Amino acid sequence: MSDSAGPIDPPAITEEAVNAAVDAALAAIAVAATTALLKHVRSEHAGESSPLSKLNALMRSVPGNQKAAAGKLVGQARGTVTKALTAREDEIGAIEAAARLLAETVDVTAASSAWKAGARHPTSLLMERAADVFVAMGWEVAEGPELESEWFNFDGLNFDEDHPARAMQDTFFVEPTDAHLVLRTQTSPVQLRALLSRELPVYVVAPGRVFRTDELDATHTPVFHQIEGIAIDKGLTMANLRGTLDHFVQALFGPEAKVRLRPNYFPFTEPSAELDVWHPTFKDGARWIEWGGCGMVHANVLRSAGIDPEVYSGFAFGVGVERAVMFRNDVKDMHDMVEGDIRFSQQFGMNL
Amino acid sequence: MRVPLSWLGEYVDLAPGTTPEDVHAALVSVGLEEEDIHRIEVSGPIVVGEVLEFVGEEQTNGKTINWCQVRVAPGDELAADGGPAVHGIICGAHNFAVGDKVVVTLPGASLPGPFPIAARKTYGHVSDGMIASARELGLGDEHDGILLLASLGIDAPVGTDAIPLLGLDDSAVEINVTPDRGYAFSIRGVAREYSHATGVPFRDPALALTVVAPVTRFPVTIDDQAPIRDHVGASVFVTRVVRGVDPTRPTPAWMIARLGLVGIRTISLVVDVTNYVMFELGQPLHGYDLDKLQGGIIVRRATAGEKFTTLDAVTRTLSVEDLLITDESGPIGLAGVMGGASTEITAQTVNVLVEAANFDPVSIARSARRHKLPSEASKRFERGVDPRVAAVAAARVVQLLVDLAGGAADDLGSVYDEAPAPQPILLPTGFVSGLIGLAYTGDEVRDALVDIGASLIEADGDLQVTPPSWRPDLTDKWTLAEEVARIVGYDRIPSVLPVAPPGRGLTRTQTLRRTVAQTLAATGHTEVLTYPFVSERANNLFGVAVAPVTTRAADAGATVAETGAASAMPVAVPQMKVANPLDGEAPFLRTSMLPGLLQIAHRNRSRGLVDLAIYEQGLVFRPEPEVAYGTAVLPTGGERPSAEAEAALNAGIVPQPLLVGVVLVGNDVRHQPGQPAVAAGWQSALAAVQQVALATGVRIEVRQGLHPAMHPGRTAELFVTVSAATAAASTVSVGFAGELLPAVADDYDLPAVVAVAEINLGLVFARADGDLTVTPIRTMPAATQDLSLVVAASVPASDLRAAVAEGAGNLLENIELVDDYRGAGVDAGQKSLTFALRFRGEERTLTAAEASAARLAGVALAADRFGATLRE
Repeated sequence: MSDSAGPIDPPAITEEAVNAAVDAALAAIAVAATTALLKHVRSEHAGESSPLSKLNALMRSVPGNQKAAAGKLVGQARGTVTKALTAREDEIGAIEAAARLLAETVDVTAASSAWKAGARHPTSLLMERAADVFVAMGWEVAEGPELESEWFNFDGLNFDEDHPARAMQDTFFVEPTDAHLVLRTQTSPVQLRALLSRELPVYVVAPGRVFRTDELDATHTPVFHQIEGIAIDKGLTMANLRGTLDHFVQALFGPEAKVRLRPNYFPFTEPSAELDVWHPTFKDGARWIEWGGCGMVHANVLRSAGIDPEVYSGFAFGVGVERAVMFRNDVKDMHDMVEGDIRFSQQFGMNL
Repeated sequence: MRVPLSWLGEYVDLAPGTTPEDVHAALVSVGLEEEDIHRIEVSGPIVVGEVLEFVGEEQTNGKTINWCQVRVAPGDELAADGGPAVHGIICGAHNFAVGDKVVVTLPGASLPGPFPIAARKTYGHVSDGMIASARELGLGDEHDGILLLASLGIDAPVGTDAIPLLGLDDSAVEINVTPDRGYAFSIRGVAREYSHATGVPFRDPALALTVVAPVTRFPVTIDDQAPIRDHVGASVFVTRVVRGVDPTRPTPAWMIARLGLVGIRTISLVVDVTNYVMFELGQPLHGYDLDKLQGGIIVRRATAGEKFTTLDAVTRTLSVEDLLITDESGPIGLAGVMGGASTEITAQTVNVLVEAANFDPVSIARSARRHKLPSEASKRFERGVDPRVAAVAAARVVQLLVDLAGGAADDLGSVYDEAPAPQPILLPTGFVSGLIGLAYTGDEVRDALVDIGASLIEADGDLQVTPPSWRPDLTDKWTLAEEVARIVGYDRIPSVLPVAPPGRGLTRTQTLRRTVAQTLAATGHTEVLTYPFVSERANNLFGVAVAPVTTRAADAGATVAETGAASAMPVAVPQMKVANPLDGEAPFLRTSMLPGLLQIAHRNRSRGLVDLAIYEQGLVFRPEPEVAYGTAVLPTGGERPSAEAEAALNAGIVPQPLLVGVVLVGNDVRHQPGQPAVAAGWQSALAAVQQVALATGVRIEVRQGLHPAMHPGRTAELFVTVSAATAAASTVSVGFAGELLPAVADDYDLPAVVAVAEINLGLVFARADGDLTVTPIRTMPAATQDLSLVVAASVPASDLRAAVAEGAGNLLENIELVDDYRGAGVDAGQKSLTFALRFRGEERTLTAAEASAARLAGVALAADRFGATLRE
């Protein structure tokens, strides 16, 4: 040293001095509880003016033969302190991160949302499900106008102009009535449209809206929906009709569902049957419920579509959609189906 | 049709204890659907009594009440109620004398009502039961006095149970008879069906009678100069005469009881007998007072304007299609519908002419409908009556009038019978099995057909089947197949799933329709289904698609009010009117979805559901102006219409496009913790539109628009474009979105702000599935810059945005409107629109200078088109 201030006793790099500095540092690190305190400790015990740094600064004056030993001593000491600082820093970081997250706790049951609940109408959902059952079998979905020519709704379907059934249909006519336009009373006109417009064989279903002059009450509505099915091919039988209906009701209501056919009369089918369906979970318990009509397509209907009934045969059926929702989902009053009260549809959400 | 069990039991054996429910179950299996069960609600001790003595006691109200001693059990025996053999009973009636046999309802009995009988204190005595009138017993309307058994021709010992004696222990099943089976409007027909269902033998009442042909001919002429659809009005006309009928003879109690159960009031013995035989055999009958008939009978069509007074005292103006029964005096009956007063059977009638005719179903159906006179007779004729049963029915009436009314069968009468015999039908071997899908044996087929009354001739294994006369519905081999399947049982038909050829799945339209519905529901809208019936006013307000507003660029300076008001006035919209509406206030078919949705919105709000987002997809009915829809003539059914006729039918169909309508009221987002409420408004409606655009993949362009029902400054007209390159040529208006006029909202009792949208989905779907080519995704770093432009407030943001984008060119990847500022620093009538721009190079990183140059090019075009200036 060539300091003009004259010789002073420099602190020697002794093991004691180094250990004392390390101990003091480790003790301070151990009690530092926050990032801020640790920063202060770092500056005190590892900063430029810390005891270890001062000891390190003495290395210059350590005689050559002792430099290695002193260097090792100080270097290890500084390493120990740095390591302890890093470890403590990680510890405090984790604790503080955890505390921050804890402070962010919310009540997950009180979430706000800009999202609002919407819903489908069960009538639409049931028609879609029914259509899917048939599409999966290779059938197609056909459609037709709701305001329809009487020819498609009656004449072409073997309703003679004087047939008692025609007067019984409770039909909405539009003015002028001699233009022969009616709100279709059934989805059956779509049968004829499908047969006139498609190549044989034909396997189609037609879900849709139909109209009868019934006042709205607990079980009737003047505007309701049907699903019509028709299959025309060579060699189709009434057994095929039953097979199709069995498959349909089981797909729609569950594997336990059953179909019963009872003799009935419809102008557009011969033989004709009333279609009853049974399921153990129906409203009011397991029982037979009248669901619609069906039968083998009448030869005159085939002829109306230019099809030779000696070559082709086929079956048709028509069922009520609202009625199915009522007995499937225990809807007790038709008013709920047609009034548009959002609480009704919202019970279903987007699935039936 | 109601069927008393006792009556049914005359032609088939009903097992002891057979209940109405059992009979229903049997009949349902052969296609006669159950409707109801009718019982005469009479029970308890009701016995034959004899009036021993009575004392008239005048009451303070002036009436005289009889205090009667009535013997209700012989000797010293206990009465049926456990009381003494003689009961003291108060009776207000005066039509009896000592020694008369009467019906006594004893304490514990119950009469229809229900009306329970108990001993009760009245007029100073304890009346220990009641002496019943006919009406009280459910035996008709007679209530002027008590029922005297002698008046029914009954003399039974005192104490006899009166319930079976009067036929009151019967009940009836009511069934629904389908239009093809008129024969089931008779006990005879139903009994045959019961036999089919259960296998018990059937005894045909029509075969139980010997029909004697009249010797002296009563003149009858069928003179139909105008047959309807080539059918002569009467194919059978049988008359028989009974003389010396005693008009004072009563109708027997059993007949009154049965008629009551089938729903027919007792009138007089002769009329009751004709009604009774009609129900028994299905043949409507008419009785004339022979002494009032003038000359013979002529059956003819009415002349135009001819008048006839029917039995109900209504004078009717006739149509040339009405079939008349006439004598020399003129019309005496509207055939098969209702008779006239001049030859009516009265309490003085002693000589009766019975008519049993077979009238043409169409003729009778039209007359009954024309004169609004549906009757038991017309109901049967419309569905077809067995032509062979007319003579039998006439003979049956004669027999009953002889037996019950003391008349004598006369040899005067007539038999006109031109009814065609049923034609044989060829039933090829295996046809039934092939159609039904069940291997019927030859015996099963033959037995079923014989059972229903057909006669068979077998030839080469095929069958020649002649249907019975009462089955006019059996016309071809398919109808025979139904009979075989029905008689053998539908429950025997196996279940065989047919295999359809490969299908094409849902059409794109069907899929898109579902996607739109699902998307709207998933974004918070609730689907409802409304009735399509609206008022003319609602259609005029909502159903109009006003001429699309010309592009805003052309009149950028004009205010909405200037361009709008005139063209947005409601006009008369072509619309279809229901001829027979249920609701006279709403007889028109909707041309828009919105009126129905607004009503539903109001209903929900009236139930306290104030925040609403509802939608409906459905058809509307939009006739073109000046087009006559429909067809005056319909092709015949049963044959394919000619190509021209088919085209005419289809051309006559009113356009019925598929629309979606959306209505939003109240809050879009409700008030929640940390979340203020967001009110629904025009932006909500446009958000719904964008959901539809997203669902269909079709870009829906929004322009300022005008609509007669909507807020002039808050209405968007919606357009779709076939291809951006030809925007001007192929842009089509598909609907509107925005807010209703507050006055219109008020009309529907809704709050001032109602957001609505309506889109013609057919037009949108037609533009879905376009030939989209994907823009390559650039991966170089992006350069983002903001841009604020000041323009006239009337310039649509979308137009300014389009100008900037077009000017900036290919390097501009994305442009979003981020702010619309008006106020300090911006002149009045101006606005400052800020866009966020994102630039990106195709193959290399853009320099700041390149991005800025592109941005300025955008500014330049905006300045050129709209006078936009940079806001620094």
